[in-house]
Order: sequence, then C-alpha cells, then structure tokens
Amino acid sequence: MSHDMSEEKLPEHRGSEGHEVAVHDDPFADPGLPPHEVRRTDIDERAARRAERQVALLFTVSMLATIGFIASYVVFPIDQIVFIWPFGHVSSLNFALGTTLGAALFCIGAGAVHWARTLMSDVEVADERHPIEAPEDVRAKVISDFKAGAEESGFGRRKLLRNTLIGSMALVPLSGVVLLRDLGPLPGKKLEHTGWDAATPAKPIKLVSMNTDEPLKAEDVTVGSLVFAKPQGLSEASEGFQQAIAKDAVMLVRIAPEDIKDRPSREMGFDGILAFSKICTHVGCPISLYEQQTHHVLCPCHQSTFDLSDGARVIFGPAGHPLPQLKIKTDADGNLIATGDFNAPVGPSYWERA
Amino acid sequence: MSAASGAASGGAKPSSSRAKPANKAEAAADWADGRLGIYSLAKSNLRKIFPDHWSFMLGEICLYTFIIIILTGVYLTLFFKPSMGEVVYHGSYMPLNGIRMSEAYASTLDISFDVRGGLLIRQIHHWAAILFVAAMLVHMMRVFFTGAFRKPREINWIFGAMLLILGMFDGFMGYSLPDDLLSGTGIRFMEGAVLAVPIVGTYLQMFLFGGQFPGDDIIPRLFTVHVLLIPGIMLGLLVAHLILVFYHKHTQFAGPGRTEKNVVGMPLMPVYMAKAGGFFFLVFGVTSVVSAIATVNPIWAYGPYRPDQVSTDAQPDWYMGFSEGLIRLMPGWEIRAWGHTLNLGVFIPLMIFPLVLVAIWVYPFIEAWVTGDKREHHIADRPRNAPVRTSFGAAWISLYLVLLVAGGNDLFATHFHMSINSITWTMRIAFFVVPVLTFIVTKRICMGLQRRDRDKVLHGRESGIIKRLPHGEFIEVHEPLSPAQLHKLTAHDQLRPVELPAAVDENGVKRKITRSQKLRAKLSRGYFGEEGQIAKPTAEEYREITSGHGHH
Ligand code: HEM
Ligand code: FES
Repeated sequence: MSHDMSEEKLPEHRGSEGHEVAVHDDPFADPGLPPHEVRRTDIDERAARRAERQVALLFTVSMLATIGFIASYVVFPIDQIVFIWPFGHVSSLNFALGTTLGAALFCIGAGAVHWARTLMSDVEVADERHPIEAPEDVRAKVISDFKAGAEESGFGRRKLLRNTLIGSMALVPLSGVVLLRDLGPLPGKKLEHTGWDAATPAKPIKLVSMNTDEPLKAEDVTVGSLVFAKPQGLSEASEGFQQAIAKDAVMLVRIAPEDIKDRPSREMGFDGILAFSKICTHVGCPISLYEQQTHHVLCPCHQSTFDLSDGARVIFGPAGHPLPQLKIKTDADGNLIATGDFNAPVGPSYWERA
Repeated sequence: MSAASGAASGGAKPSSSRAKPANKAEAAADWADGRLGIYSLAKSNLRKIFPDHWSFMLGEICLYTFIIIILTGVYLTLFFKPSMGEVVYHGSYMPLNGIRMSEAYASTLDISFDVRGGLLIRQIHHWAAILFVAAMLVHMMRVFFTGAFRKPREINWIFGAMLLILGMFDGFMGYSLPDDLLSGTGIRFMEGAVLAVPIVGTYLQMFLFGGQFPGDDIIPRLFTVHVLLIPGIMLGLLVAHLILVFYHKHTQFAGPGRTEKNVVGMPLMPVYMAKAGGFFFLVFGVTSVVSAIATVNPIWAYGPYRPDQVSTDAQPDWYMGFSEGLIRLMPGWEIRAWGHTLNLGVFIPLMIFPLVLVAIWVYPFIEAWVTGDKREHHIADRPRNAPVRTSFGAAWISLYLVLLVAGGNDLFATHFHMSINSITWTMRIAFFVVPVLTFIVTKRICMGLQRRDRDKVLHGRESGIIKRLPHGEFIEVHEPLSPAQLHKLTAHDQLRPVELPAAVDENGVKRKITRSQKLRAKLSRGYFGEEGQIAKPTAEEYREITSGHGHH
C-alpha cells in the first residue's frame, strides 16, 4: 500500500545518470570525465628525480630516528626529569622515546604519501558498479533450492521433531545462565546495614578520626570544620577495609543547636554535633566540601547540595533523598560514640529501599 | 613452494595447464592460489578503484587508531596486574612510597615509572583511545550528512554504530582498570546507575561486583571484558564493516563523469596502498609525539582509589562527558511507594542512552520509509541538498554539546564565576531549546545555500568585476559556469512529497487512510515540500535566462 503510494512520485531519471541519455541541448548534462591534468613530475624528469630524493630522504630520517630511539632507551635514566619549553617538566626518557618513535613513524608515512602523490599515476579511472540484487533467475534457483532442502529435511512436515528441537534449543542456554549464579551473593539485606549496626547501647562503638585513628571527643569537632570519622577498630590494614569504608564513613559538623532547624536531627546529635554519612545519596561519591555559614555540604561529583542544619535535606542537584544520620552521644570519658546504625540505608537508592 | 616448482619443472604433469611461473615470487603466488584461490580474490580487488575526498579518511583514522590500541594494549598486558589484592607500594615514585593500594594501581605505577618506555606506551594507548572514539564520531557524522547510510549501506551503518558504542564502553572500562582515585569514582557511578535499575538492580550490582561495592572482583572482570570480549567483538564487526565497504564500493560525490553506476578514482594498488598505508604511519607518528609531550591520565597524581575519598575535579574522558551531563541535569526524582524506591533521577538518564542508540540505528530505515525510495544510492549528498536530514544531524550534535557542557558545569561555574544553580538551570532549558533552534537555523542555512547554488547556475559566478553600463548603472559581471560545474550543482535528486491517496477510490468507495499513511505524508512534506527544499533550476529556466537577455 504505502509502497505504490510513492513509487510514481520518484523522478523517472536522475540527473547523475542522465549522461548516457544526454541530449545535446541539456545544459546540465554530464560532460564526462575531465581530461587528466599532468603534474610536473609526469613530464619533467628532473622534478621526478627531485621528488624521489625527497622521499628517500624521509625514509632515511626514519631510519636515523629509530637509531635515536634505541640510543635514548639506553642513554636516558628512567627517573630523569628535564625542563623543555613549552612543555614544562617532563621525563627525558619519555620525551626522547616518543619524539624519536614519532619521527620514525611519521617519516615513513610522509614518504609513502609523497611518493604516491608525486610519482604514482594520478589518472582517474572509472570502475563499473553492478547492482547488488541477484538477477531473477538466481533468485528463483536459490529459493527453489531452499525449498527442496527444507522439504527433504521434513522440518515443516514432522511437527513433533520440529517442536522438540525448538524446545531443546530454547532450554540448553539455561545451563549457561545458571552457571552465572555464583558471580555474586544475593543482595539480601546487605545494603541496609553498615558497620555501625554492630553498635548497641550496651556495646557502643567509638567514632575515631579518619586521620589519626584516635577516638574523637566532643571538643575535637569545632564550629566551621568538617571532621571525618570511622568506627573504631576499622583500619586500613583490616580485611575488607575498602568495602567497609564505602559505607561507614562519617562526617561530623558542629552547628549552634539553635540553628538546627530539624528537631529529630538535632536530637540525634550531641550538643550541636551532628554525624552524617559521607556517602552521597545520588550515586555514592564521598562528600567533601562544606560551607560553614550556610551549613551546606556539596558533593563534588554532580553538585548535590545538602543542608546539614535541616536534616541533610537535598536543596540542589540530582540526589533524591537526604544523607543518612548517625545518632551519637558521649561516653563517660567524653568520647563520641554511636549506639546503633544510621537512620537510613547509606548511599544511592535502590528498588528494595523502603 | 617446492611442490610448485616441482610441478612447474616436472613437465608431464597430467592436470596443470598453467603457464610456467616467470620467477620465484610468481611461483609462490601460484602455490598459494592452488590452495587459497587468491587470484580470483585479487582479480577485482588489487586494482579496485577508490574515490578521493578528505572526509573519506576519517574511517581510516578509526581503523589505524584501533590497530595502535591493540598493539599498545597487548604490551600493557605484559606488565599490568588486574588484581585488587592489596600491596604496600615501594616503587620508584617517591610521593606514594609506603601507601597501601591495589596491585592494579601499583602495576600501573610500575608501568609508568619502572618500565622503560612503559609510560610512553600507556600514553599512546590512552591518546589513541581518545582519538579512536573522536574519529568514529566524526566518521559517523560524515556518513550521516552525506546520506551514505542509504540503501545498500544500512547494515554497515548499524555495524558502525555498534562499533562506536563498544568503543566508548571499552574506553570507559580501560581507564577504570588502573584503580586510581579518579576512575574508581567512575566505577562508583556505574554501581549507582546499576542500583537504580528497577526490581533487579541490587541483584545486578551483587553479581557484577561479586558482593558489595567495591569488592575484589570488579577490576579483574572489567579487565577480561576490556581486553578480550569487547575487542574481540569489535574486531569481528570491524572486519565485516570493511568487507562491506569493499563489496558496496565507496560512495562518491557528484561531478563530471561520476554517476550512480560507476566509481571514479584511483586504484588500490599502488596509490591507495601507499596513501592509506602511509597514513597509518602518520597517525601513529602523531600519536607518539603527542604522547611524548602531553600527559594524559597521570594516575600517580590522583592516588589509589578509596571509596571515602574523591579528587575534586573528577571528569571522565571526553566521550563519556555526555552521560555526566545527563546525570547532572536530571532533577533528583525518586518515587517511593509500597516499600520500594524507583530512582528516576538516575534511571531516566540511564534509559536515554539506549533510546539514543536505537534512534541512531533506525534512522536510515525511517528516512527510507518517508521517501519510499527503494533505489541504491552511490552518489553522496551534499548536506545542503538534504536540509531536514542535515538539520536533524546538527540538532543531535548540539544536544551532545549541551550535555558535554553540562557535564562540566562546575568548571564553567568556577571559570565564569556563576552559580552552579543558574548554570544547571540554563542547561536544563538548553537541553530542550538548543536542538530545536539548531534545527531551525541549520535548515535555513541549507535553504540559503541551495538558493545560492540555484543563482549560480542561472546567473553564473560573481566575478568581482564591476562594470558601468552606458546609462550609468553599475553591475557586477557574472561569469557563466563550466558544463562540469553546471552538472555538479544540478546532479542531485529532488523527491516530491508523497501524497495521500484520494479519499475515495475509482469506484467511489471510501478508502481508509491509516494513521501511518498520514504521518508519512506529513513527514514527507516536511522533507520535500516547499519548506524542505528549493527547486533546482530546470533546463528551460536556464535557457530562457542565458539566451534571452544576455547575462548580468
Ligand atoms: C585488544 C585490545 C586492548 C587491549 C589488549 C587493551 C589493554 C589494556 C590494558 C592492559 C590496560 C591497563 C593498563 C593501563 O591502564 O595502563 C588498558 C588501559 C586502557 N585501555 Fe585498553 N586495551 C585494548 C583495547 C582498548 C580499546 C578499544 C580502548 C578504547 C576505545 C582502550 C582504552 C583504554 C584506556 C583509555 C586505558 C587507560 C589507559 C591509562 O591508564 O591511561 N583499550 N588497556
Ligand atoms: S554522587 Fe553526589 S551528586 Fe552525584
């Protein structure tokens, strides 16, 4: 339907094909291939020889550059830094190897291209195109061959064979799918909890400084600074550190209690000290920038901005929910401690997240 | 070989009717032909004609950078350790001495500071990868704007588009391998994106990472995919791509002697062997020099990855920048209901990606449906002569650029002292407005150029010479065009828009006009109606103007 709707609208002939039927008074007829324009090197033997010398020179420079490469490899110490204008301080070995290798390769290329352009024939030739579609007799033969083959196989007639074959072919890849099962564990509730989950009122976990590994006291968290903390006992050398810190990292701020707009949030803190997850709820970058006047923190990855004085609410950017908060208090010695997990799963959201 | 010479000298061989080889080389070729049939293969290919145009080199750049990537990549595998096992670094790079890091990161430091030439090969590998994706994108644009995706080349268009996607992903995985602070952030991004997939997200994440982020498995798994799986598929696609280029023969631009039925140019051997072969060395040479003087991905400056640390100016390689832009522009929409969360803020950008892919893949078929054109096309269009297509392409590029800019919104903010907030809002609006404006402007430009071509054909080229007529008027002398130029400017096809079939057929019975017919007629009007093209001059118009009153 839509087919015949258009066919008659196609122009009967195309200008570009017109040259075979070119009527002489068609001003736009294809005049045919222009005559070849000779180059100097085609007619002047001296020019041709000059081009030859140029090409040979390029190939020779390439050989010298390769020797230079090998020499540089031997001569330059790997840790030597030199100043080369305008590139600044660079490794002398890297610079020498790269430029010599580059010259060796480039000169081969330049030589070959120059050779082609000056000394090889540049007479334009036309090749014919043939339609890609097979002629009608070929088409008919292939289709009848196929029909004969299909008929002989009995694929169409013996329905039982056909159906069981399809069934077995459809099932067999399942083995491969099953084998993928051990790629990883099932999610279970893993994403809901962090290392802080082990903390209880009876067995609290101390917050230790990310830098010094020392337990943090309330006075260590001063107004205007962002203090990074982790659970006590988690050290860089511990097994699974990367995985643990990806969820346990905490940032502490101190805000004058009257400036904290969100009541539940204030109550999870201690004397204006609030502990939030450092992991952005967008796609999980660590948050690092703090603006003390506004109490905003900014994620450097996609600029999600959270207001720490208002329950870490998202005030800008692509994050979808507030930063989880960790309830903290102090123990008898004045150390900051947590008695439970964050108030929400840490990090980016996911389907099972309530 | 000995068999061949034996056969040749044996004389009374029962079945060989072949002429005696003139020399050793011919004998060797005869030997190979007897087993591989190389003569039949070379018959039409050795002197195969390739048309010449600078834009036809773009595909070559893709091929050459791919070869460079394979060569340098294999070298890197000799030293790189794809492991997340932890070690304490004691190599030559002093600032990181004594620091804990993964073996992947440590071995990349070793490649950079303890293997002579290792840094150069790393740099060449990375620069070539950047160039590779850029070349593919520009090559794709060339194919698009000249309509070289039309029948019979639609399938090759799809092969190419798959190569582009695979190349981008392989590049992303490649720069994730060193496990440095910058690329680790990229992997974290990937984790967040996977988690945003509804229903199966957490399962996918666990299976991908072998547990919770980051786990110990992701780098070795990415490594296998990066060096084996994807390059293998790409190699297959690339070979198929090139075979089809040979089989279809290259398109050419209209010009004297160039028709839909021929291909005009110079033969593969020797001219293109020398030019294309030489060009490989030029590309390789330039990449080497760039790698000698410009550092890319100085992983030692970022430090090893730690999930709680970040390098502030985190930026992916340029070709991933658009995804960064998408994710930055998207508002943080999250739907929470019945104990579940649907993270639209991440999931929608994630879905736009496959949608764009599908759009690229199907465009040739959409255009063919609109035109109803079932002929083969071997004359490349000049972009101006297909204004709607060209404007679609330009709009697509503008969208890509908007997203790239949005991906660097923080850089723009600090550079131009603007607030991130206002930049983000500007870019959100630009995301919708700029492509539309680009479409409109591009179409106008194309139409203007078509009009200029028409004037040139009818009135000749402006010569820049001013003449004073007897009655005092000044006019510029117009030189008439040569027959070759006249042909070139009028050689293109101009389709007429399809019309809807009459509402009643010959028998007076009401015809049903389907919605798709209506849509097609409307699109066709957009492409080929008065708004879509300037009628090219006819021979009558030309004759009337040139014969009648001389030309001025
Ligand atoms: C067979 C093909 C390939 C092999 C064997 C290979 C091998 C490798 C290896 C071992 C590394 C890690 C070492 C390092 O980072 O320095 C690497 C990194 C990389 N690969 Fe590949 N690769 C191949 C293809 C590709 C492709 C197709 C692309 C991009 C389109 C690519 C882009 C990268 C990038 C950007 C890096 C990071 C380099 C850096 O650290 O600066 N690779 N590749
Ligand atoms: S990860 Fe923080 S804004 Fe994207």
